[in-house]
Amino acid sequence: MTAVTHVLPYLVAVWIFLIGCYGLATSRNLIHAVGCLSVCQAATYVLLLAVGYRDGATAPVFSDVEPGSRPVVDPVVQALALTDVVVGATVTALLLALVVQVAKRHGTVDPDELSELRG
Amino acid sequence: MDDLLPLLVALPLLGAAVLVAGGRLVPRLVAESVACAVSAGTAALALVLLLNCSPPMVEWAGGWVPVNGRSVGIVLVGDGPGLGMAALASLLTLAALAYSWRYFDEPPRGHAGSFPALVLLFQAGMCGFALAGDLFNAFVWFELMSVVAYALTGHRVEEARAVQGALTFAVVNSLGAYCLLMGIALLYARTGELAMTQIGRGLDRAAGPDGPDVLVLAAFVLVLTGLLVKAAAVPFHFWLPDAHAVAPTPVCMVLSGVMVELGAYGVWRVYGTVFAGPGGIPAADFERALTVLGALTAAVGAILCWYQRHLKRLLAYSTVAHMGLFLLGIGVLKPEADDGIALYLLGHAGVKAALFACAGILLDRYGSVDEHALRGRARELRGVAVLFTLGALGLAGLPPFGTALGKSITEEAVGGPLTVLYVLATAVTAGAVLRVAARVFLGLGPPPENGDAYETTGSGERPETRHRLGRIPDSMKAVPAVLLAGVLAVGVGPGFADVVAHAVNEAGSGGVLVASVHWTPAGILLGLASTALAVGLAAVAVTRPKLLAPAWALPLRRLQSGHVGDYVAWLLVGAAVLGALALPGVLGS
Amino acid sequence: MNRRIRLWLVAVAGTALAALLVAACLDLPDFGGDRHPYGDRAVDASLARHTANTVASVNFDQRAFDTLGELTVLFAAVVGCVVLLRQTRDEHRARPEPEPVARPVRRYALAVLPVALLTGLYVIAHGQLSPGGGFQGGVVAATALHLLYLGADYRALERVRPLGLYEAGDAVAVSAYLVTGLAGLIGATAFLANTLLPYGTFNTLSSGGTVPLLNAAVGMEVACAVVVLLARFLDQAVEIEDPTGKGSGTP
Repeated sequence: MTAVTHVLPYLVAVWIFLIGCYGLATSRNLIHAVGCLSVCQAATYVLLLAVGYRDGATAPVFSDVEPGSRPVVDPVVQALALTDVVVGATVTALLLALVVQVAKRHGTVDPDELSELRG
Repeated sequence: MDDLLPLLVALPLLGAAVLVAGGRLVPRLVAESVACAVSAGTAALALVLLLNCSPPMVEWAGGWVPVNGRSVGIVLVGDGPGLGMAALASLLTLAALAYSWRYFDEPPRGHAGSFPALVLLFQAGMCGFALAGDLFNAFVWFELMSVVAYALTGHRVEEARAVQGALTFAVVNSLGAYCLLMGIALLYARTGELAMTQIGRGLDRAAGPDGPDVLVLAAFVLVLTGLLVKAAAVPFHFWLPDAHAVAPTPVCMVLSGVMVELGAYGVWRVYGTVFAGPGGIPAADFERALTVLGALTAAVGAILCWYQRHLKRLLAYSTVAHMGLFLLGIGVLKPEADDGIALYLLGHAGVKAALFACAGILLDRYGSVDEHALRGRARELRGVAVLFTLGALGLAGLPPFGTALGKSITEEAVGGPLTVLYVLATAVTAGAVLRVAARVFLGLGPPPENGDAYETTGSGERPETRHRLGRIPDSMKAVPAVLLAGVLAVGVGPGFADVVAHAVNEAGSGGVLVASVHWTPAGILLGLASTALAVGLAAVAVTRPKLLAPAWALPLRRLQSGHVGDYVAWLLVGAAVLGALALPGVLGS
Repeated sequence: MNRRIRLWLVAVAGTALAALLVAACLDLPDFGGDRHPYGDRAVDASLARHTANTVASVNFDQRAFDTLGELTVLFAAVVGCVVLLRQTRDEHRARPEPEPVARPVRRYALAVLPVALLTGLYVIAHGQLSPGGGFQGGVVAATALHLLYLGADYRALERVRPLGLYEAGDAVAVSAYLVTGLAGLIGATAFLANTLLPYGTFNTLSSGGTVPLLNAAVGMEVACAVVVLLARFLDQAVEIEDPTGKGSGTP
């Protein structure tokens, strides 16, 4: 049991990722599907930030803390997570733009009813 | 020279920014000229750096050179394969910009520079990915490449098909990219590094005497899923035919010619630097995984290619088949195979782009890419017919095309039953293209019957130019001609194959294992055999269409449903299969 | 493929992947562990360059090439959305109707707007000192502008939002980032090198060399980009209609 609590945040990230994939595969509405893709991406933030955490440490910002007085968490994963957030937001925006156009051209946002590309 | 490496990314980005800022003020001709000039300049720089890439160049962005063997910066690697892929990407984007010169559809009001700007951003993303030596940096350029590809694929928003194809493309590839990022996070947790070679060394250090553990396997599965989605391996390939059916022709040229191949390059690079050591995935497992997936991809791609009547989807499936062959060659883990794949890739890029260019000409002239509807109508386009047939023969591997040289070297390296697969896959795909050429340009064969209703036929498409073209402009005919001439040069050029082989071997094994590559009698015979087989298949298909269309492939066609949930389900299945294929090595140790 | 088969495939593959990933998680170093070699090196490098916010140093100095890519992904998405959400030939633009707005909402929005805008600019300017930076502050500033849409109506928003200017601003900011990088190449050792400007005094506004400059460029780019993105989506919802007079915002 102690092994699980030591890695609980990572397991949460895995759960979020897989539940997002499940939602994406069984979605009945394209906007819901884009949301599920965002959920999959949220799992990457959780994993990255969990990897970088250090017990008893504070944020890696020295405007109010004397450098060297307290341990700080890993700033690299925070920078990676920031990049990830921006990339994810832009992909979501582009996908939603495509969904808007699909709704206009096909008259529906149900993936089951899109039938233009087959075979 | 090393510090010029980031310029391959910075120049197209600057060009794109200038085009967006000034695009509303200048006429379309000026915007397209600027884009062509920037693209050509970047291609020239890439070629100059390529000529100086031995020993391989290493550049730390921001000047953060390692201190005591450790660094905090991002490394760019300028060796033969990397600079070669960057040069190829630049040349193909130049070809795409030249092809869409002046005649491509009206840009949005007040945004004359938007299409060329997107194409330049695409070039920057591809060059960045090719040169990346840092895994997270590779992910960032991978995402740039992908985002621009989604926007370019859905460019024709008035078409219902275009937005559906772009949406499935976007969802599946984004999911693959997030898998890649999860894998990078796992590797960072284990090793604390982001540079690819450092991760590899970290894995070796962290692995005990037993070798890799489940964490390495999971990271391998996640990272390779992301890259194989881009490389359109089965069962991650479903997005490719949909995207190619709807993307504008210049975009298809670049997608099939180099973007998909960058996925295979990524697999080769990441395995070689990260997972090839004693702490990574054992060679036998990697070979098994890639051989199984590659063979499956080649077979599925070739079979489904044969059944298509939509010209662009047919060419898309032939890209899937060839990607399977490339992955097979990489999976064999021999230096001769790597050299052969490099040459094959160069030849295939030129041939595929030329074939797409010809398909685009047919679309713009007749408003259709349906093989049955176009039957006999293109008799007047003799020049295009010659180019199309030459492209098909190049696809089949007829000597002295560059594709034949690469294919023959790889076939001899893989040996055994896989050689037969190479011959069959190329013959079937080239046979399908030759069949199209015979029906469309020569009008041979009996009139086709009404086929299965469950397919995208290719009729009822709208031309990509403002109106249907009366006369084919010279720029649209010159581009495929130049591309095919380039493919011939790859095959015939004296010493070119040796230079490529030297560069690839230097990057792959540090120059320790060097293979000598040249035309061999066996290779030439294999090339002639696959061409003959392709011609034979095309002849039988044209004269007796019913004979070579067995019904057992119909369930396979039905899997390509256009439904995004299906594609995501197959992505998960593929990741699980990849894990199962690589599991024995990790369990056994 | 019908729903049943798809669900079955997802269940089987999902279970296999879950088993693999859970087993991998059990092999990860314990949560909260102390071994972060790259992080420690990054903190040392940041302090050597007098940048108080280590994350900003990693973003704009040590891994500035990544941030360049991230910036261009945002730029590309904006250009892509402009292309994808354009008004097609069969659509036309209708003037938006003025909407009645409740007095408290109007007062609150117009009172908070300058505060929010200033907060955004503050977050951008102090990115190298305290948590924040170009990305975060840019989003705050851009959405602050849209309080005008909530407090007044769409036409008022359009008046303070000449889109052409914002798109040009977006592109100019990206160019500024690139030019700073090229200045590093020409004047110093490498592309995006932070050795041109003095590092200043620790914990002041002008510390960190080129980090404040890149920060400002990113802030401007993100603010303009978000404004353009929101504008395109709002146009689709509010203004653009198909030939029957139906917009995508009406049922």
